[in-house]
Amino acid sequence: MAATELKLAWRNIWRNRRRTFITVASIFFGVILCTLMSSMQNGTYSKMIDNVVSFYSGYVQIHHPNYWESKSIDDLIIPDDSLINKVKESEHIELIVPRIESFALMSYGENTKGGMLIGIKPEEENELTGLKKWVSKGRYLNTKDDGILIAVNLARNLNVEVGDTVALISQGHHGYSASGLFPVAGILEFPFPALNNFGTYITLEQAQLFFSAPDMATSLVLTVDDYDKVYPAKDNLVDKLGEKYSIMTWDEMDPVTKQMIEGDKGQGIIMKGILYILIGFGVFSTVIMMIAERRKELGVMVAIGMNKLKLARVLFYETVLIGITGIVTGFLVSLPLVIWLVHKPIPLGGEVASVYEEFGMEPAIYFGADSMVFGGQILVVIGITILVSIYPITKIMRLKVTKSLRS
Amino acid sequence: MNVIETNNLTKTYNDSEVEVHAVQGIDLKIEEGEFTAIVGPSGCGKTTFLNMVGGLDQPTSGTVRVGDTYVNELKSSELIDFRLHNIGFVFQAYNLIPVLTARENVEFIMQLQGKDKKEREQRASNLLTEVGLGDRINSRPSRLSGGQQQRVAVARALASKPKFVLADEPTANLDSKSTETLLDMMEKLNKEENITFIFSTHDMRVVNKARRVIKLEDGKIISDERKS
Repeated sequence: MAATELKLAWRNIWRNRRRTFITVASIFFGVILCTLMSSMQNGTYSKMIDNVVSFYSGYVQIHHPNYWESKSIDDLIIPDDSLINKVKESEHIELIVPRIESFALMSYGENTKGGMLIGIKPEEENELTGLKKWVSKGRYLNTKDDGILIAVNLARNLNVEVGDTVALISQGHHGYSASGLFPVAGILEFPFPALNNFGTYITLEQAQLFFSAPDMATSLVLTVDDYDKVYPAKDNLVDKLGEKYSIMTWDEMDPVTKQMIEGDKGQGIIMKGILYILIGFGVFSTVIMMIAERRKELGVMVAIGMNKLKLARVLFYETVLIGITGIVTGFLVSLPLVIWLVHKPIPLGGEVASVYEEFGMEPAIYFGADSMVFGGQILVVIGITILVSIYPITKIMRLKVTKSLRS
Repeated sequence: MNVIETNNLTKTYNDSEVEVHAVQGIDLKIEEGEFTAIVGPSGCGKTTFLNMVGGLDQPTSGTVRVGDTYVNELKSSELIDFRLHNIGFVFQAYNLIPVLTARENVEFIMQLQGKDKKEREQRASNLLTEVGLGDRINSRPSRLSGGQQQRVAVARALASKPKFVLADEPTANLDSKSTETLLDMMEKLNKEENITFIFSTHDMRVVNKARRVIKLEDGKIISDERKS
């Protein structure tokens, strides 16, 4: 009987082809629009998080409990084998990169500028942030290097070139004074201005020596095997390391990005909500018409012996079939479109590009193909059609045969 | 043997401010194999009476017994099942399911009864052949004339092997030729297969064919004639 009910439902929805086409088309375009919107949000957020994570913070960092508040060179951790092994043993951790960083004054000739001095392990850092690819002049650091990498704007302000030597002054660990001379090994040019203004890199060994903090670090920067595992990874680390260390996720370190994403997500939900309400009313009006014009026919079906539940099922199938037809066609078009856009982000130019760069993002519209980009729309439309189908079901259950036959 | 027996059957409508006594205490027995016409002017209670006999409407008082079942005591869901297995309906406006072919319309009832596919197909083909539409079994109602649609409706009414067929003004929308064909066919089914037919009608051609004519007026039987 289910096959007959489905056959009846399918044929019924095509009785008024034009109306069904319009309803299906509204779902079709709605699904495409919402999928593209979700995909764009997904891609943009991923890119934002990726920027935060891959340019600098990693997904998780381990610090001295006071470091994040004080940012002091006195609040350091010792990344010895015991700590590293515990972190390695923790679930979901992929990469462990130590850093030591603090502010320093940099001087060349008559010019002096402040900047962030970051001590890194060149290989590991490159694996985490891809730092090497931003070297626009000179060369990248090697493990035993005594040179320095300077961001392009800072280099310009100091008027230094590759091969020049800059003098650095800062405060060392526990009140030691820190000073040193570092030949410029390379100039870094990041794709956005913020980092180009103050970033300088030397090797971790040189930095530990400079800050008089042998074997110490300000942070252990970690990556995880899957973005979804950030919070479980943090929980595991908290369990393993206890309160001796502060463990922070990327969004705790960069709440602004997190808030931007949440705010934008909210806007997206409102826009999609409006679109789906319109779609819902479109489907609803079609269903109302379908019931109204078949009132007598429905009465006849009950009169000749069709159980009301079975008839309600037919009408439920009709509503859901309209929804599914819209979903499937919308999905078939949006899937290749989204996949293409994921591989071909839309480049931006002019002022919009500058705004993107100011926010530390590459000037392009990125798209994502997360399963929820598609799944979300499918679930929402199915939800809408199920909600709408309550109306015909109620109508059938309340149907008075004699009244319907008279209509 | 009585197929239908009504006892003091009454229906009063209270929908408006004025009470309408559509059917007033009808006592009637209809035997198996009868070919009965219920006649009377518009508003005399023909359709209301048929609706109560067919379990489509509940009486205000009185009883309707079909075989051993008191129809007026059945619940709504039981009534649907009862109609499915006991009563065939033929409506004035044919009321076939427009998205199904003639054969599918006839099969539909049997499908609701849970009959298997082979039996359904066989019986649907036989019934449609019997009503003279063997060559139109795959046509949808919109492709059939009014007379042909009404013949499909008769085949559908018979598909469930009902105890009787209720036909509410079955010829009202048909031309003379179609009416004649339809009545001849129903008379043949009545005589050869002993199927009980009950009509409500204004149509004298139906009245002339009927072997029993019950006349209603103001919801009461004013005459009940049997022809020899």
